[in-house]
Amino acid sequence: MTSNAASPLIERAGIPPHRHTPARRVSVFLSQHARARLGLLLSAPLLWLGLVYIVALAALLVTAFWSVDSFTGEVSTTWTLDNFVTVFTGAVYQAVTLRTVGIALLVTIVDIVIALPIAFFMAKVASPRLRRILVIAVLMPLWASYLVKAYAWRSVLSEGGLLEWLLSPFGGQTPGYGIPAIVITLSYLWLPYVILPIYAGLERVPDSLLEASSDLGAKTGRTLVSIVLPMLWPAIIAGSIFSFSLSLGDYITVNIVGGANQLLGNLVFTNVGAANNLPLAAAIATIPIAIMVVYLTAARRSGALESL
Amino acid sequence: MTTATPAIRLTALSKAFGSVNAVDNLDLDIAEGEFFSMLGPSGSGKTTVLRLIAGFEMPSAGTIELQGHDVTNRSPFDRDVNTVFQDYALFPHMTVRENVAYGLRVRGMGKKERLERAAASLESVALGGFGDRKPSQLSGGQRQRVALARATVVQPKVLLLDEPLGALDLKLREQMQVELKELQRSLGITFIFVTHDQEEALTLSDRIAVFNKGRIEQLGTPTEIYERPQSSFVASFVGTSNIFDENRSREVLGVPGTNSIRPEKITLAGAGSAVPEGTVSLDGTISEVIYLGTSTRLLVTLASGQQLSVLEQNVSSLSGNDRRGQKVRAEFARTDVVSLAPIPA
Repeated sequence: MTSNAASPLIERAGIPPHRHTPARRVSVFLSQHARARLGLLLSAPLLWLGLVYIVALAALLVTAFWSVDSFTGEVSTTWTLDNFVTVFTGAVYQAVTLRTVGIALLVTIVDIVIALPIAFFMAKVASPRLRRILVIAVLMPLWASYLVKAYAWRSVLSEGGLLEWLLSPFGGQTPGYGIPAIVITLSYLWLPYVILPIYAGLERVPDSLLEASSDLGAKTGRTLVSIVLPMLWPAIIAGSIFSFSLSLGDYITVNIVGGANQLLGNLVFTNVGAANNLPLAAAIATIPIAIMVVYLTAARRSGALESL
Repeated sequence: MTTATPAIRLTALSKAFGSVNAVDNLDLDIAEGEFFSMLGPSGSGKTTVLRLIAGFEMPSAGTIELQGHDVTNRSPFDRDVNTVFQDYALFPHMTVRENVAYGLRVRGMGKKERLERAAASLESVALGGFGDRKPSQLSGGQRQRVALARATVVQPKVLLLDEPLGALDLKLREQMQVELKELQRSLGITFIFVTHDQEEALTLSDRIAVFNKGRIEQLGTPTEIYERPQSSFVASFVGTSNIFDENRSREVLGVPGTNSIRPEKITLAGAGSAVPEGTVSLDGTISEVIYLGTSTRLLVTLASGQQLSVLEQNVSSLSGNDRRGQKVRAEFARTDVVSLAPIPA
């Protein structure tokens, strides 16, 4: 070893030897200790996740068991289940929960139905050039502010607005502000989040599989049902998680185009602000969390998350 | 040629991708029960011809007949040909048995019968116990067999194979070559085999079409293709050839046109030894010795400056000596010289 280093067989002309800097020693140590490498890599994100995410959620859950002094308006830290009793037994809360879940489901279904053909066209039909243009076109709405888009829909849906102008020659009219407007606007807002995972999923389905199915005698519809959809299932679930969870928590769009309708988000918002009842707001906020837990568990059961 | 209806008849078939003619005005008959290989470098159009026959591509011009019926405008699911894909294209979400039964399922065969047939088909490729596995749990060679079982279980009239052995290692490839040949004999159907591996084509085929730039450069039996190549392209793509251009042919061989000689037809003798009748003899120096195991490839630089490739069997284990710089005489029979691209009269 030493004699070799002292008199190399072939002189490496002009190439300087390695410098033994501290950084190099750290690199050598890390390359030989896999666990230390992993620890260094994960400690920062784990710290972030633990502090910001888990602790915040825990604080929310704890707050839900407190109450507000009705005279002073201050939060009292005595434990009580009153908030949950109110939320689970109050007719208003039940109705709003049902309405929220219904709208979230409807938005998710509308988005999937619209996203599937668009994603299929992008991944399997369009030329590479057109594909790039379409990806940009799908992402473009995300460059604009959420509020701008919601107000744009308010204008489109208004009486005498764009939609009415388009539909009036056919005897149609705008649905006005209300639940249909909420569904339309939310579907529009979350559509890119549904198209992209489905598009990515379709890109992972090799063309040769579609050709093989056709080669074995399956017509196009059969190939879609038997080959494409089963392989796309994880991607569809991934997209639906976006549209469903984002719809569950939204309250701004509801305020802008929803008319008098309220969703869970609005109840949380009013209780934090106007009603100054943070513990009740926290209790309401656990509803969408619980729904998402159920949703994700169901998705996991279906095996859709395994190949994500 | 027989007068029977060919399994496949291509007439004036062309396929253009943009301004590129992938297949250029092709006429070809492939006989019933034939093991037919399409051999060529990548981009020569051989795979496009296969995809045109399968129906994955529509021709720009010309017709495709399957057993006398025009199928040019039919969809892939409407043609009695099946394909074994280069990447096998097994459905990853289905078990091996479901994969094989898929073609029967889409034809509406009952569950019991199609599963029985799938099991029998898997048995025939020695994968009887693998029906419940997913394709991801199989090795490359096993996936290859599943692809074969899936394509043959629906009893196609013609089986198309797109470089099916390309992804396998050498030992497995040699074994699969034997099995493919046996399968073709036992099924008795036409195999159309696309490959860029000339050895594979020579080993397996009844006839070979050598493709170059969207056209068939030469069509014939393996022996004809190898022993009597008709162009410098075929001579150098199928095996190795020493090619003498027109000037060198006239100078060195004393014959007109372009000519070639295979390396294994050349023997090396000591310089200055007697020259037998009907033999071409060329003096040169060994400039490189490449040991190949069963044989040794020697590069001989001739007096004219041309390099000659010579293949010697390693009959004796002593032939590994360094012979670079040795003066030798390269000899070959005039009858082994093949005239390429015949001179117009």
